Order: sequence, then structure tokens, then C-alpha cells
Amino acid sequence: MNFPVLSIITFTPIVAAIIMLLLPAQRKNETRAVALAAAIFALILSFWVYFNYDRVAGGYQFVETYNWLPALGIALKFGVDGMSTPLVLLTGVVMFTGVLISWGDDDKHVMAGIQDRPREFFAFLFILASGVFGVFVSLDLFMLFFFYEIAVFPMYLLIAIWGWVVTREYAAMKLTLYLFMGSVVSLVGVIVMYWVAGQNTGVYTFDMLQMENAGFSQTFQNVWFLPVFLGFAVLGGIWPFHNWSPDGHVAAPTAVSMFHAGVLMKLGAFAALRVGIMLLPEGAKYWSWLIMLFAGVAVVYGAYIAFVQKDLKYMIGFSSVSHMGLVMLGFSTLNRAGLTGAGVQMFSHGVMTALFFAITGMIYDRSHTRQIPELGGMSKLMPFAAIGFIIGGLVSMGMPGFSGFVAEFPIFMGVWGAQWLVAVIASISIIITAAYIMRNIRQVFFGDVPEKLEGHVGDVTVLDKVAITTLCLFMIAIGLFPAFMVPMVQTGVENILRLLGGA
Amino acid sequence: MFTSTSFASILPEILILVLGMLVLVVEPFWKEEQRRNVGWLTAGGLFAAMIISFFFGQPGDPTTTLGGMVRFDWLGFFFKMLFMFAGAATALLFMDNEKVGGRGEAYLLLLASLLGMNLMAVSVDLVMLYLAIETTSIPLYVLAGFMLGDAKSTEAGFKYLLFGALTSTIMLYGFSLVFGFSGTTDIYKLASLLTSGGLSVLGVLGVLALILVGIGFKVSIVPFHFWAPDVYEGSPTPVAGFLSTASKAAGFAVLVRLFFAIFPDATVPMAQNWAMSIAILSAVTMTVGNLLALPQTNLKRLIAFSSVAHAGYAMIGVVALSQLGAASVVFYLAAYIATNLLAFGIVMAFSRVTGLEDLKDYSGMSRRNPALALMMLAAFLSLAGMPPFGGFVAKVFVFAAGIQAGYTWLVVLGILNSIVGVYYYLNAMKYVYLYRMPEQDEENHPIPLTRPYVIALVVLVLGVILIGTVFAPWFGWSDAAALNLF
Repeated sequence: MNFPVLSIITFTPIVAAIIMLLLPAQRKNETRAVALAAAIFALILSFWVYFNYDRVAGGYQFVETYNWLPALGIALKFGVDGMSTPLVLLTGVVMFTGVLISWGDDDKHVMAGIQDRPREFFAFLFILASGVFGVFVSLDLFMLFFFYEIAVFPMYLLIAIWGWVVTREYAAMKLTLYLFMGSVVSLVGVIVMYWVAGQNTGVYTFDMLQMENAGFSQTFQNVWFLPVFLGFAVLGGIWPFHNWSPDGHVAAPTAVSMFHAGVLMKLGAFAALRVGIMLLPEGAKYWSWLIMLFAGVAVVYGAYIAFVQKDLKYMIGFSSVSHMGLVMLGFSTLNRAGLTGAGVQMFSHGVMTALFFAITGMIYDRSHTRQIPELGGMSKLMPFAAIGFIIGGLVSMGMPGFSGFVAEFPIFMGVWGAQWLVAVIASISIIITAAYIMRNIRQVFFGDVPEKLEGHVGDVTVLDKVAITTLCLFMIAIGLFPAFMVPMVQTGVENILRLLGGA
Repeated sequence: MFTSTSFASILPEILILVLGMLVLVVEPFWKEEQRRNVGWLTAGGLFAAMIISFFFGQPGDPTTTLGGMVRFDWLGFFFKMLFMFAGAATALLFMDNEKVGGRGEAYLLLLASLLGMNLMAVSVDLVMLYLAIETTSIPLYVLAGFMLGDAKSTEAGFKYLLFGALTSTIMLYGFSLVFGFSGTTDIYKLASLLTSGGLSVLGVLGVLALILVGIGFKVSIVPFHFWAPDVYEGSPTPVAGFLSTASKAAGFAVLVRLFFAIFPDATVPMAQNWAMSIAILSAVTMTVGNLLALPQTNLKRLIAFSSVAHAGYAMIGVVALSQLGAASVVFYLAAYIATNLLAFGIVMAFSRVTGLEDLKDYSGMSRRNPALALMMLAAFLSLAGMPPFGGFVAKVFVFAAGIQAGYTWLVVLGILNSIVGVYYYLNAMKYVYLYRMPEQDEENHPIPLTRPYVIALVVLVLGVILIGTVFAPWFGWSDAAALNLF
């Protein structure tokens, strides 16, 4: 395997970003074409990786190593396992659909898409995408961190410049400071791990595969697990550090909300898993009750807050907190079922929430309101979007036949095995979720069209339809054929369980 | 005895001297409106000097040449290269500054001060060191007050002179005490006397504190930073950029060489106490610098305070008293010089057209010149410590060295400070990207860049990105430089 597919995937967006920045500002359509081409290219390659990953062999595949700074043991080492392969695919999908729905149109008076400076918008978005790919494929802790930070800072600009006028300055700064604070707390932990691992083994390296065998003492792990795990989990939206996330989602432009909720939050969860749980497994066992507590609160509380929201986007933002809580809950079980469920949930939630935000954006662009009581009858005006939203809603409720069920069922099984009471309490969220999803579908998509909206609200564009279809296909495919994803995630889980001592 | 090694050891200085004379001779023959071309000569000459020194002036094993005055090693060499790079960039940035660029003496003063910096990086004798520091400072006093008739610039020059004279007097007093105690001015002899117990440790520490005042002024460590914002604001912007980068790095070169010579590792008597006091200075410096940067509304003052804070970050590496620590300081300075020069270059390019320097004047800048805005983004994100720019890797290395040496509290403080930094750097970018001009007619107010700016800014931005991504060679050189200290 000499074809460096992972580095090509990782660097495609950033190369595209540079090309776009070199284009003249007036060439909006050329800019969009470059963006779409790069997104399709990355998507195809991530599909290729997904289908060529050897599920029987498991482990890390497509490994590439380039010595970057041997003096300190830093290498550009890429590789994917059963946990990260679906996430690479997820990023490709969200990137592709994000470009489609941000296309914009200079001729019509529709607000849809990005009209103002699309060149900068796509460039920053793609720099972010490179960072995301980089984190998912990095096997070197330093590089993981490097890409992690690259994924965080463009967010500020994307939200502050193209976001919702009312809250964008506040939300962008809040989000950036939260995430930066989380990441630097983790950074301290990571550097401490580097030195201690070096002292224990005599080899100073950031290579995570070697750090797995560093033999951190129980005390060390107990002390450093929490800063490392929680520092990353801030980006995963874990309660009580979730506060930035709904504000950020709401203020962000549509494609950025999709990226943000769909992919970036997975980034936090994934890094917390890979660095926190996999490198400090004893610490994870010691603190799993606390993570379970935080996650349990996030699941129920997030769902409840989502239930009382009047703003459609805030509702989805808090439902993301709730669903990401399920991912963390799956992690905290540290058993096979829970981790598998969490792995699938990361993908499922990513696709689902990207779909929700995309459709919310389409509605807002045309009706200029997101207030749920002011909306109605959208299924008459944009039937395609209505179907998409309903499918997303079914996934969100965990309905069998859709990806949500495949993900949530094992999580609850795992939680039941670890701590049945938490499972009982967390399951309340399913009822609340069903309630707010169905209520909103009825209010927004059915009934009469309010007078204010009649006339000027049109149907979604063809590109929007392609995006909706793509996202829906994944949710249905996983729901009907769990074998599409579950066995792959399981190979990743086996590896984690091995580190946890075969629990 | 003057051997070929002695020649090689001061080759860059000889070349700078030749270049300075050339500038002096050529300038009167050019017509007034062509005099800015001296900038091309200076920058090109410095670039050539860098190349020549790179091929013929590379040090081998560390040796002391010229009667024990000058150390010929990688540390000095690396710093010299940095200074000359900064000097060349500054010369380009001088060119289209109305009040500075058209006068040949500005370039001559720049070269003279550069000569002093180069000698600061290699001096191992206190007498030589003092001469080098003064050679650096005196041209800079003149440059800071270069805009005759401009009250602020005059104030800046005068303030800089007063502060500089006072602190260098205190430092000189320290040097004289050292000689009185030990009978030598050679810092390596001094160090061996100290380790062998031939000197009163307490006395030496007291003297070091006096010397630190002089170096602290150059590096702008709190509480010796008071001059910095006013001088940066008042002096011509390219001079401010030079002061905040090369001059500061020269101070660090002395700091690193002097203190690593005396305390080569943490086991030397009093080394821990010394490191602790530097750690406290570092903590105070970065905190005060960042907190004072927060409320600034003038971009030059903001960068001035932030550069105080950066001195604090870099000092974490000094505190570590390890090879990695020294290497990380050198790396940090390399990244910082490129970044801060870039930031000042952007301020210059902007105010040359608009004549304005306040943050609010930057509203709509991204629409007036998108490329300039992107470069500013790169500079500010690098200052904030974000990848893929140099500032990120530099910070990580410094923090890693700090944690290795057990100064986790200092690193945590540094991290909290960099969060404050992120806030005000991003806040500045908000004006550039988000806000608009009052009339929203940015397309009628473009910001054209002249050729010297384009060259300087593009080179600097590439430097910032290269240091931040392909960091192995830079780190290798920093490490080789640091190795010479032990």
C-alpha cells in the first residue's frame, strides 16, 4: 500500500483553499466550482478508504509515516482504524453537502447560500476541513493537536463574518475561547504524558501507538485523565461545558452549523476517546462514573431544554447536546456494546444533525424566521425538505429502520450493563425527544401556511435536494443494513477493549 | 593573532561595515527622489551578506577568538542570521515610509545598530558586551526620534534615550562590580570561578540582578517595559518593528548566553533560586503585558504590549535551564521575529495609505485589500499561537521545556495568558473582517501596496508559515545553537 491516500485526503481541502484564495474575488462561480471539485474528490477518496479498509484484519491501516522532527519524536503519522474510518467518511459527506447548500446564487433574490465573499468563506471552511481530516487520521499526538487547533480557529471567522447578525460576535468569541481553553488544558496534559512516557520507556515520542505501552502509573492516570479527557470533550459538547455549543450553532451560517454539529463535535469526542481513554485507560476506569454522570445529565437536560425552545435552530442545537451526551455515555460504559453504539452514534448523529441544520437553513433563508410558532405548512411549499426533516426526526427518535436505532440501542444496552439506573434515567430523553420532534414537525411542516409567508417562500433548489438525498441515504442505509458500519466500528472497539485490559 | 578563524568569526560584521560605507558613499550621488533606492541596496546587501556568511562564515566547534572577546559558535551564528534577516526586511519596510525612506542616514543607522546586535550575540567579555550593547542602542535612539518636527517621535527618541541611559548605567555598574569581585571580565572564567566556589554566590546574584536591569530594558521585561508602548507608538513604524523584534532578540541572545554560561544546569549553587526569580519575572511580564494589551485601541500600542507579553513566554525557556529550554527560546525568537515584523509591516502598509493607526480605522480592511487582510490574519493568529503558523510550534516547545523542568504552574499561567491573547488578537481581526467603513464604500478606498512592501510581506508570511509547518530544520538549528551553551 504505497498510495498515500490519507495524506491526500487531508491536504486536498487546504490545497483547494489556497487555489481559491489565489482566484480573483469577482470569480465567484469559479471559486464554487473549485470547492465542489475538491469536496467530491475528498468524498470519493474517503469512500475508497471506507470500502478498502480490511475489516477482518482490523487495526490501523493505510499507515503512512514521515519523520517530521525526529529530535523530539514528532512524526507525521497517519492511519485509520474502525473508529476513525466512518468519521473520515462523515467528514467527506458533510463537506460535500455543505458546499452544495452554500452554493448561493447571484441572480436571484433568494438569500440562500453564501453571497458575500464566497472565496474567503470556502477557503476558511476548507482549512477547517483539513484540520478535521487531520485529527481523524493522525496517529501522532503532536500532529493530532496541530490539526485540532487548525480545526478550531477558522470557526471564529466563519461565524463572526457570515453568521447571524444578532449574536454572531458574541457567539463566535464565546465558542473560540471555550474551545481554545479546552484544547490548551489538554495540551498541558499531553506534554506531561510525553515526558512521563519518555521517562518510563526511554523513548521520547509522540507516537500514540508507542505511548499506549508507556506504562503510566495508576496515580498518574487518575490525575491526568480528567484534564485531558474533559479538555477535548469541551468540543464534544459535554455538560457542563456545553454552553458555547447552542449559541455557536445558532449564530453560524448553515454550512458551518452543519460542519460544527456534524463533524467538529465528533472531533472533540474522538480526541477524548483516542487520547483520554485509549492512552490513559486506568484513569478512564477510575473516572468513568463522573463521565457517565456528566453525560447522563447532558442527555436528559439537553433534551429537556430542546423541548422548550421556540427557535428551531436552538432546538436542534440543544438536541445535539443531548445526542452527543449519548456518545459520551457510550464511552463511559467502557464495554463492547456501549463503545460500539457510541461509534455508530457519532456517524449517525453527524449525518442527522447536518441534515437538520441544512433544512433549517433552507427554511430560514426563504421565510426569514426560525420561530417555530411563526412557521407552518412548509410541506406544501418545500415538500422535499419536509421529507428530509421527517426522516431526520425518525433517526433522532431512534426509530428502528434508521441509523439512530442502530446506534442508540447498543448504547443503552451498554449502559444497562454498567449501571442500570443511569440507563433508566437516560431513556427519559427518548420520550422527550420524540415529543419535541413530532411537535415541531407538525407545527413547522403541516397545517396552514401563515399569511406572512405566503407568496415569497419557494421550493428548495436542485443542489439542496441532492444534499438532502445524500444525507438521508446514509441514515436509511445504516438503519436497514447495520452491517454497513457496525462490524467496522467493532474492530475499532476491540482495540480499545484490548487497551482497557479486555473488559 | 588574527587567523582565518578570527576572520570568519566576524565575517558578517565586516560585510555589514562594508555595506554601511557603501551606503554612505553612494547616497549623496543619487538624486533626492531616488534616495529611497538605498533601501534596495541595504536589503540586497544584507541578503548577500547572509549568503556569503552562510557559506564562508559557518562555525565549527565553539572557539573564542580575537583575544577572548568573541565566541564563534552556532548560537551566535544563528542569531546573526536572524538579525540580518530582520534588518533586510526592515530596510525594505523603510523605503516607502515618507519621512524615513528618502534619507540615506536612516539605512546607515540601521546597519550600525545591526552591527552592534551581531556583536551582542557573540560577546563573551563584559567590556565587549557593553560596547556591543551601546553600539546597538545609540543608533536606535536616533532612529526612534527620526521624524524631526513630529512631537511624538521626538518624545519617543528622548524617552528611549533616557530609559536606555539609565538602565545601561546600572548594568555597567554591575559589570564593574563583577570585575571587582573576580578580577576577570570573561564570562566563562567567571562561571568556572563560581562553580569552584571562588566567589561569593550572594554577591554574584546581586550583581546579576543589576545586569538584568540592563538586559530587561532591551527585552522589555516588566517592570522595565514602561518605555515600550510610547516609543513604539511615537517612533516611525518600521523602527518600532525593528525595536520590538531584532533589538529584543539581541537582548535575549545576551540573556541566554550569560545566564547559561553561569548556570549551565540546575545543580549549580543558587541556580534554582535564580531560575525561580526569572520564572516570577516571566509570569509578571506575560500577565501585565497581556492585561495591558486588552484595552488598547491603537494597533501599534496593542502590538507593543503584546510584544511585552511575548518576552514573558520566551523566558519560560530560559527558566527551564535545559538544552531544550535554550533551543525553544531560540526557536521562539525566530518565529516571533518573523511574525512581529509581519504585523508591523502590515500596520505600515496600512497607515502609509490611510495615515491612521487606530483599531477602528481597520474596519472594512478585508474588503479594501483582501490579501493584506489575510496576511494580517496569519500574523495575528501566529501571535495568538495558532497552527499552522510559527507561533504555535514555538509556544508548544517553550511550554514543553517548562513542563520538563517542573514549572507546570508557569506553563499553566502561560496558557491562561495565551487565552487572553487569543481574545484581543481575534478582536482586532473582527475589525478587519467583520466591520465596515462608515459609508460601506470600501471599493473606493483601496490600499495599494508598493513593491518593497509586497516583497517584504510575502517573504515574512512565507517565513511564518514555514516555521510553523516544516519546523524540523529550524528546530535543528536552534538545537545546535543551544548545544553550544553546554
